Amino acid sequence: MARISPLTEHLLRRVAFSGTAEEIANFAELGYSGAVDALLNYDANAALAIDDKIRTPGYVGVVATREFTPNTNITDTRQRWLFRMVHSPAPLQEKMALFWHNHFATGYNKVAGVVGATDGARLMDARPSQDPGGQLGQIEMFRQKALGSFTDLLTGVAEHPSMSIWLDGRQNTRTSPQENFGREIMELFTFGVANYVEADVYAAARVFTGWNYQSIGDRATTNYAYSFIFNSAQHETTAKTFSFPIYSNGSKTIPARAATAGMQDGLDLITALATHPETAKRLARKLWSFFVSETKEPDNSWVDSIAAVYLSSGTLIKPTLKAVFMSPQFQDSANYFTRYAWPVEYVVRSLKQVGYLGFSVNDALTPLVNMGQTLYEPPDVSGWDLGTWWFSTGGMLSRMNFAAALASNQKFSLRDLSRPYKATPESMISNFALSRLTTRTPDQPVYDALVSYVRAGGTWTGSDTQLTNKAGGIIHLLTGSADYQFV
Amino acid sequence: MATTRRDFIRGGVSAFTLTFAAPAFISDLARAQGANRRNLVILYLSGGNDALSTLIPYTDPFYFSRRPTIAVPAGSVLQVGTDSSGKALGLHPRLTGLKQIWDQGHLALIQRTGYNNSSRSHFLGNDIWSTANVSNTTGSGWLGRYLDQLPTPIDPLAGWCTTSPVPHTLIGNFVTAPSIPSPSGYAFQSPNSGTEATYSRTAMTSIASHLPADRPQVAFVSGTAQAAMATLDKVGSVATYGGTVTYANNGLAQALKAVAGAMVKGIGTKVFWVQTGGFDTHANQGVNQTAGTYATNMATIGDSVLAFHNDLKNQGLLNDTCVLMFSEFGRRITENGSNGTDHGGAGVMFAMGGLVKGGLYGTAASLNPDASNPTLENSGGDIRFENDFRSVYARAIDNWLGANSVTLLNGDFKKSSLSYI
Repeated sequence: MARISPLTEHLLRRVAFSGTAEEIANFAELGYSGAVDALLNYDANAALAIDDKIRTPGYVGVVATREFTPNTNITDTRQRWLFRMVHSPAPLQEKMALFWHNHFATGYNKVAGVVGATDGARLMDARPSQDPGGQLGQIEMFRQKALGSFTDLLTGVAEHPSMSIWLDGRQNTRTSPQENFGREIMELFTFGVANYVEADVYAAARVFTGWNYQSIGDRATTNYAYSFIFNSAQHETTAKTFSFPIYSNGSKTIPARAATAGMQDGLDLITALATHPETAKRLARKLWSFFVSETKEPDNSWVDSIAAVYLSSGTLIKPTLKAVFMSPQFQDSANYFTRYAWPVEYVVRSLKQVGYLGFSVNDALTPLVNMGQTLYEPPDVSGWDLGTWWFSTGGMLSRMNFAAALASNQKFSLRDLSRPYKATPESMISNFALSRLTTRTPDQPVYDALVSYVRAGGTWTGSDTQLTNKAGGIIHLLTGSADYQFV
Repeated sequence: MATTRRDFIRGGVSAFTLTFAAPAFISDLARAQGANRRNLVILYLSGGNDALSTLIPYTDPFYFSRRPTIAVPAGSVLQVGTDSSGKALGLHPRLTGLKQIWDQGHLALIQRTGYNNSSRSHFLGNDIWSTANVSNTTGSGWLGRYLDQLPTPIDPLAGWCTTSPVPHTLIGNFVTAPSIPSPSGYAFQSPNSGTEATYSRTAMTSIASHLPADRPQVAFVSGTAQAAMATLDKVGSVATYGGTVTYANNGLAQALKAVAGAMVKGIGTKVFWVQTGGFDTHANQGVNQTAGTYATNMATIGDSVLAFHNDLKNQGLLNDTCVLMFSEFGRRITENGSNGTDHGGAGVMFAMGGLVKGGLYGTAASLNPDASNPTLENSGGDIRFENDFRSVYARAIDNWLGANSVTLLNGDFKKSSLSYI
């Protein structure tokens, strides 16, 4: 296999979950800007339809001892998301859903502790068209709003019942404001810890008094759903003054309003935060780390240019992302392989590049826990610790062991795929394994260790027995190596 | 500019460059620590522990008036006497395990610990406690710096985190500790069996030993793989440890069991990190119930630490061990509308060990909400610190680990009244 386009490989590692050889060839044909446009302007309906392929031949497997119920059983929900990451024709949608999952990190357990396991799963990721009550889960909302306006997304997050439970907004009352959500919307969801003072936290808590959720429909059946409600009786109506401007005229005070009109307080604060220049810069920096590089800081000029697109477009994510992908820094080969793959990125890339027929994503769930990333269960509201933090001895050992389990599962398929390259150990390594994995050319000591490994145990003849052992063996060593942990 | 955990990522990478310019430290497994078996165990309560529910000023009328729903009734607390200011204090009723340790004189309670202008952010607060630096939290962790200055070659198991990722506290400029969430899961797997599996392990060990100096990020990741390969067998030996007492089947108890196992097997670890969560009790704290979030947390801690204490005592290792317990901040004095408490100021630290001088250190705050009350801050809303947390660290560094606190903490924080060890 010849490597066609390193830039396309890079684009797919970053903007998608890496590509199979076929996908790389298809995107390479479009040219770079064509490929970017194709990834950005995906067909959301086609993406929806990928669910129909679950449990059909030719796709990665899922395991359910009973009916597969991804809208109501969190284990199945996790399997469905991994399935979508592997197979969705709109990989950027899944990538951004993951990005927002980390940004607005909400954990299933606390939600389920309040509404029960079934409704907890629904609130995390139910798809309305598949749910009898029409419930929209938080992650599905991220998919819907993935590339839209950040202001709209932030509003959706603030109103979603999952957040009302997760950060206790449901218990934020007129007489006893509760600060959890008011703090985190500033510290984590928008402009960050340096841009507000403690008094702003108290004011923000009062702003969101009365934001709550309700259950609508017949609870004796499954035909009900949770939705937002503004409970004006619990809203604190006095004016709220901040240390930063809330309105375009520079006013820092949200005026006293009648309780019935009080929801506007929260909408005003959300708009102020979403359109704050420091929010624009902070999001630009997060996008840099997620898409461009984790080993180098962005230049201020890069941050400013991305922030400017964000602000001038009215906080639209799609043009902001396009500016990121079209920037020379994104395309610079010096930035290839400078992101530490998140565990789910590592797992999905491995599945796409090693193989998945006969493998079930259920068998990736426990390894993902050990690698430090359980979908729908971020460690806290700040999301996962990224970058080098993924890599501890225990975490790395879990990656190596997942590589072993997958290579073992795929060993006969890998034997057959490697047969054209069986002439020499070197051909097995370079022409078969490295091409398949789109990894960088290994340094000489690594390469030498691989050659020694293939030669260990007897003269290389390329027999089927040797191919069965060594094809999977090489793939295990490479996908378990440090190089493959970078995208 | 304020910094967050994430800003440290890049600092970490450049820091590790230095490590791998001189990779000898990790390739040599010789135990250089000699006969000194002393170790320090950090037990971090993540989320901001409500100190007023842990160590309760049960005679302060404002404790009850400001916490009408969640106050622990005076009759329920486990009394531990009065502090030097004459304030009567009691442990949470579910801390019966710690009370037993207290009764043996092995538990120190250090009140009103924190720092000036305490951060109410979990993340900044945690970074401050990790780096022991209140103004710049981008650097290494204080125990990472301790590991840095051990005599070389430094054993890769000189530090041991029972959590993953490795906490900021244990990341040094040159050395970082391995994370070993479960000794029994810490084994190498291969797609093949028999001699082919041996070939795989040999090759993986060789690949992981390549630490490219021109790509520090790869060297860093490869270093974790190398350390994993180098520690497999020793950690595997800990997996078989059964304990002389029964440890409960929860994360904290099992982590402490692994720590005890590592001590008993003589691995040579100097610093252990253990963590337990669930302390961000904005709602439904339920402290005056025999059940409820907070009470369950307390029971888990009390029972787990007691099991650990008794196991070490049976093994003759209690005098080699000092446990420090703390959280990133205390919580607001007045309860909120959802039967919980929001982020607050100073907290309480615990020290436990055979050579710990048990007792109450520091003085409790008066909870009178008068804005001029000097023991409170934030207009009487939060408890003001009395003892800098770094003074507590300093005591452990100087008097227990035998290192130099002025160097490791970048300043002299020694406070003679904190003579807990």
